[in-house]
Amino acid sequence: MKNTWLMRLGQTQELVMALIGVALAIFFAAYSSAFANSDNAPTLAAYVAPIMFFAVAEVFVLTLGEIDLSVGQVYVLSPFLVVFLNDTGLNLVVCIVAALLIAALIGWINGIITVWLRVPSFITTLGTVFALKGIVLLASDGIQVNPAGTGSLASVLGGWSFSEIIWALVVAVIAHLIFRRTVFGLHITAVGGNQIASGEAGVKVGRVKIWCFVLCAFLGGLIGIFDGYHIGSLNPGTDGLQLMFYGVAAAVVGGTALTGGRGTMVGAAIGALVLGILEDGFNIIGVNAFAYQLVLGLAILGAMVLNIQLERVRAGRSSAGKGSMARAVLAVGGAGGDGPADVGPGDDHDRTGTAAGAGSEVK
Amino acid sequence: MTELTGQAPVQTGGSVLSAEGITKSFGPVTALRGVDLHVEPGEVLGLVGDNGAGKSTLVKIITGYHQPDSGQLYMEGQPVSFKSVQDARQHGIETVFQDLALVDELSVYHNLFLNRELTVGGPLRWLSNGRMRQAAQEYLEDIKVNIPSVDSPVEKLSGGQRQAIAVARATRQEGVKVLLLDEPLAAMGAKETSLIIELIKGLAKDRGVSMLVIDHNYTHIFELCDRVNVVQQGRVTLDQKTSETSLVELTEFMVSSYREQVRAGE
Repeated sequence: MKNTWLMRLGQTQELVMALIGVALAIFFAAYSSAFANSDNAPTLAAYVAPIMFFAVAEVFVLTLGEIDLSVGQVYVLSPFLVVFLNDTGLNLVVCIVAALLIAALIGWINGIITVWLRVPSFITTLGTVFALKGIVLLASDGIQVNPAGTGSLASVLGGWSFSEIIWALVVAVIAHLIFRRTVFGLHITAVGGNQIASGEAGVKVGRVKIWCFVLCAFLGGLIGIFDGYHIGSLNPGTDGLQLMFYGVAAAVVGGTALTGGRGTMVGAAIGALVLGILEDGFNIIGVNAFAYQLVLGLAILGAMVLNIQLERVRAGRSSAGKGSMARAVLAVGGAGGDGPADVGPGDDHDRTGTAAGAGSEVK
Repeated sequence: MTELTGQAPVQTGGSVLSAEGITKSFGPVTALRGVDLHVEPGEVLGLVGDNGAGKSTLVKIITGYHQPDSGQLYMEGQPVSFKSVQDARQHGIETVFQDLALVDELSVYHNLFLNRELTVGGPLRWLSNGRMRQAAQEYLEDIKVNIPSVDSPVEKLSGGQRQAIAVARATRQEGVKVLLLDEPLAAMGAKETSLIIELIKGLAKDRGVSMLVIDHNYTHIFELCDRVNVVQQGRVTLDQKTSETSLVELTEFMVSSYREQVRAGE
């Protein structure tokens, strides 16, 4: 088959985003010598790592066609949990493990409310956002505290400049393996792509969904603890929603579809890298902080448009005159000709044709 | 045709699925008035009839979606009653849903193996993609389904190819004995139609899976089926081998019985 790895790579948004990331890095490096400076590496790493965590966490739920708005708030809560537990005299490691379990439990609650009570995850997790925010503020009295413990453990977890980015990369690799190489990962994509068909095939749809929420919240808790040690102080007023949305943006920019059925951990990691480079680069070249938000918004929109256009080309649904930019990108990637050509004329008709009813319905 | 009730003797001849005296009413509306039907192993049985003749009610009873008011279903001679679709499926009755069966985003081989993945690593359930790809390729070659690559996502396939994969997948299901196909040739070009016909016939013959095909197109029925049953006014009014009748004869039968109905109604 002529479906070589190069062509497959060329068809992916990951490659496009990686090229954009490289281009941005070159641009910033050319603009200011401070960007390519080794002093900038820890700063860049600090931008990228949390976004990468959130992006990877969100890919699990976004691929299902769901979303977890509360992961950022779990991030705010978890280091506080460690502090509170530690104050009772428990061993620090025990506290961290317990905090992570509570984070996972929050994900489980999100999951069962969404799956069993059929509340859309957007609403479920929106509720969790405010509930968790309230808990953090009540428990902390709105006062900043220092993370529990110092020394080598703190430094491994996040104190050292690069420990967070190393953790982020390790998590991204593990998440990628789970996502692409295990039955569970395959079922995530299957459920997100066609829930009814997956259920008909015997996939335990509810269980897959609940586990994804658990994983997402767990990762939020993990990066919360790491970042607590990295920053060195815990602010109960941190805006978890904004952090979460950076993660969603990175995931989507990297090629994960909000509609479900299509997710990529590699893309999420690359998307996080691109957003981190943007944020860091803008800071260095001294773009006005207000203008930065504007440019970031436009960059996300641009990436989304590209994402959707690429999708059309890949699925062979592009009509003439549309998606030409994406097609040009594909042509550069060496993938021309594979997409639209082999789709039969009856295709679209067929999709909308029969059996749109419930699983057991027969005409 | 006589009204049969559940007391009728168990059919011999090794039918994989048979129905005797099935009746079903929905309030004042009587949908089925005593249906007798049997499907032999490896046989392709066509089910035709006008809208409202009771065809769809019959199919829903066979798939466990409805329960009959009276009458008895048999699987391989044993009386069975399906409490649910799941129940019917456990007895080996599968339905192919053209659009609901496949996950567009997954590759052909992942679709074929969905929830029956080949794995290594025990509880880790690591995917053996290589083995699945190869097995899928061999299976599809075996049943002569021609697709560009088992790696391509299903959404890239044509309608006929998708239907072929859906049928192939249902046939590979463990313990499947009867496959229900609802207009398997709808919205397909001539070339794809003949491919699907070959596929269904081949699977029935080689794998011994019986096929129950519902179709409005009599030409398709004659090309596809070994035997045809006509459902009219809640009864099976004609049961004939397609080799012993013809398109003209069947059409005439339908038209004349329709005229009778009209006359009776006057």
